[in-house]
Amino acid sequence: MKFFISFLLLVALSVTACLFLPWWIIGLVAFIVAAIIPQRPIHSFLCSFLALFITWGGLAGYLSAANDHILAHKISVVIISRDSPFILILATMLIGGLVAGFGGLAGSYIHPRYREEEKIVFTADHETKVI
Amino acid sequence: MRILPLIIFSLVTVGLVVLFNTKLLIPAPLGKLLSPQHGVWQNAEHLESNFNINIKSPALKGKVTVYIDDRLVPHVFAENESDVFFVQGYLHAKFRLWQMELQTLSAAGRASEVVGKVAFNHDREFRRLGMVTAAEASLKEMESDPVTKSATDAYTAGVNHYISSLSESALPLEYKLLGYTPEKWSNLKTALFLKNMSENLAGGESDFEMTNAKSFFTPADFATLFPLQQDSLSPIIPVGTIYNKATVQLATPTDVDSLYYNNKDQVVTQEQKPDKDNGSNNWAVAGSRTVSGAPILCNDPHLGLNLPSLWFEMQLSTPTYNTYGVSFPGAPAVIIGYNDHCSWGVTNGGRDVRDYYEIRFKDESRKEYWYDSAWRKTEFKYEKFIVKDGATFIDTIAYTVFGPVMYDRSFSGGRANNNKNYAVRWKAHDPSNELKAFMLLNRAKNYSDYLGAVANMKCPGQNFVFAAKSGDIAMRTQGEWPAKWKGQGDFVMPGTDGRYLWQAMIPNDETPAQYNPARGYVSSANQYPADSSYPYYLGHGYTPYRGIIINKMLDTMTAITPAKMMAMQTSNYNVFGETTLPVFLKNIQAEKLQGEEVKFYDMVKTWDYMNDTSSVGATMFAIWWKNFDSCVFDDDYKKAPAIISRPYESSLVEGILKDSSYRFVDNIETPAKETLGDAVTQSFKSSVDEFKRLSAQGRLQWARYKSTTINHLLRLGVFSRRNLPIGGGLHCINATKTQHGPSWRMVVSLTSTTEAYGIFPGGQSGNPASRFYDNNINKWALGEYNQLWLMKREESGDKRIRWVVNFSKS
Repeated sequence: MKFFISFLLLVALSVTACLFLPWWIIGLVAFIVAAIIPQRPIHSFLCSFLALFITWGGLAGYLSAANDHILAHKISVVIISRDSPFILILATMLIGGLVAGFGGLAGSYIHPRYREEEKIVFTADHETKVI
Repeated sequence: MRILPLIIFSLVTVGLVVLFNTKLLIPAPLGKLLSPQHGVWQNAEHLESNFNINIKSPALKGKVTVYIDDRLVPHVFAENESDVFFVQGYLHAKFRLWQMELQTLSAAGRASEVVGKVAFNHDREFRRLGMVTAAEASLKEMESDPVTKSATDAYTAGVNHYISSLSESALPLEYKLLGYTPEKWSNLKTALFLKNMSENLAGGESDFEMTNAKSFFTPADFATLFPLQQDSLSPIIPVGTIYNKATVQLATPTDVDSLYYNNKDQVVTQEQKPDKDNGSNNWAVAGSRTVSGAPILCNDPHLGLNLPSLWFEMQLSTPTYNTYGVSFPGAPAVIIGYNDHCSWGVTNGGRDVRDYYEIRFKDESRKEYWYDSAWRKTEFKYEKFIVKDGATFIDTIAYTVFGPVMYDRSFSGGRANNNKNYAVRWKAHDPSNELKAFMLLNRAKNYSDYLGAVANMKCPGQNFVFAAKSGDIAMRTQGEWPAKWKGQGDFVMPGTDGRYLWQAMIPNDETPAQYNPARGYVSSANQYPADSSYPYYLGHGYTPYRGIIINKMLDTMTAITPAKMMAMQTSNYNVFGETTLPVFLKNIQAEKLQGEEVKFYDMVKTWDYMNDTSSVGATMFAIWWKNFDSCVFDDDYKKAPAIISRPYESSLVEGILKDSSYRFVDNIETPAKETLGDAVTQSFKSSVDEFKRLSAQGRLQWARYKSTTINHLLRLGVFSRRNLPIGGGLHCINATKTQHGPSWRMVVSLTSTTEAYGIFPGGQSGNPASRFYDNNINKWALGEYNQLWLMKREESGDKRIRWVVNFSKS
């Protein structure tokens, strides 16, 4: 559930933030989301990575398809020296995913060690043990 | 909180951001470029892009409606005269901002600010040529005339309105790739753009090369190699025209022989030159020659072919006029086109209006120079160069009475050390207002309006063709031309003596011109403006062949239709081949050919003089000619200075046509006395290896061999179009060479409802990711045209209209 909420929040916040702020704000967005919604570091990483991987992939893929990939065919040659819209979209996805993923990973360490047992303890009214 | 991993992974994140946001570790800031909301994906123009917008600006006086048709041609309807230029500026910027800015930066000698040190030499060359000083002089004229002042002000406001509205994500692709942002536009930038055209069209000369040729060869050889006359000449204003006596009396300096002609100085300066084939064709046929009874005007300017295209097609309509044609992104008005009453077009005048003077400075400080028997003070200009990824550089340029000292010890253009000082006198330095010529042509109604308009065209001088619905046709070899004594400015002149300055300009009413001639047509193709009975010196370097074939075709053509004109404009007939190949065939020692040589000889022998795409004869002839020229002249040039003129093709052909014992055919390095037959045969034999190689590569066919390419301004291969299937070439009416050719083809039939056709090799949009970026190229290569549409306001419901843009006062 946390994973899913974080994911949605990441998609919404990163798209909104990128309307006004530089692209690398996605790293900070992921950091903040991970800081607000505690998850295990590996989950925060995966969640942030996937959110931006898919968001950027979706956006780039949509824009490229609507353009009949004219841009992607040309720019892929300029940037990666290969005519491949697919690789260009994949590169876009990986950059978004990596920057957000590590941002999320860093953010997750705002919290103390996160264990499944603690979660159980926590729900069993032993709140004082959490900190 | 777990501090250590928090810090480590925060640093990793920051590291990734730095990695993907800068060029420190990878060649491009990939994150910035690929962010779907900021980077290049934003330039992936939707195939069904929506150009409907509403724009408000306080700079507008009234309403303007723009109907954009299915070819992305805007038809601008303004209520107010100057508003039309606000909108033109806005639209130029919207579709072509990057190129406009790059071309003006280049004109101002500032290209290295954005592309780095590769452009540094170019920038120094242009600053030293005085491009900015010249543009400032033009700007002053433009701003002192109320008509051009209000147009350029409105144009600048329109461009800037667009620039102000640009977010990072909306920047044109090239800004993102190069990593910079546009500056504000200014009237000076418009003046710089126009000055860039002057450099392109009126910047050509060969003073240094000719000086060395004169020093290297004996006077007799020089006269043979570089004749001033052309036997085959078919001048713009026909042979037999009677000219009045020159009203300007020129005094040739008395010491011209010793100081000028017999000066054996050698030059090492290496200039950056505009393409010598920047030329064009234009002609107009009278109604007496056409099926419709109305005149037809045709024009195709030949320039370097680039993407985004130099031209932007549009219609400008105000309450007083409607005009349609191609405009320069960077300047207001329609440059070549037509209106409700008439049509006009240009070819380059091509006279030498750029001369060099050797300056003698008193000492290293360059503070004084010897002029008319006294030391005169130099003025200095300091030019600052901010080179991208490089050090800032200050150049100190000395200005003399002639103009700036362009080449000196610190700058010789090339690599050789130059210890001499050459000042340049260039016509484009003089104040003038060429923009006014085009603005007045846009609203011209008749022949006298045309005369009044073109009189503003001083530099670059252009051959203006004109035709009107009234039936008038005309041609003027317009420009403010320096009146030169014979030979003046062909070589570097002494800069110590004011008598070598240009003494006067040729009065406008002594310009060679034609108005409704009996032959029923006017034409120009960069050949000599007039024959030798014209009383002023015209210099050298004109190309005769396109003029010959155009006049030959028009002399006999009857029942002319626009279709016939289009066929003529795209004709691949090679009149140079027609002149030359028979001489080759007559003189070749065919009995000496053997094996494959015979096979290839049989192929070229039957060439039909057509430079069609699949012609192998055209390729073989071109190679044969190239080798023949080498065979004849290479031995004579072996010991020549590096910077030196080679004879024009016409000089060599006419030399061997007139005299089969043309003395340069002898190879001076052999004891034997070679004949024309030997040279022709030997050059054919030495061509065979290339024929074989091309044949094996499948490149013997003309279009494959010529390989016409339209390069993006940054020479990025994927933004360019290579190997286009198009014929023609040098000396053909379809003058499409490898990277140069008809940059706009237009045929206008001035019937009561104008019937007009045109095409340029590119597209309306400058965005390489737009489907309108290069959509006309294939059609252009095939010799097809678009029908041009001078829209009427009441046609707003026409199905060709795809988008509407509304501009209004805020």
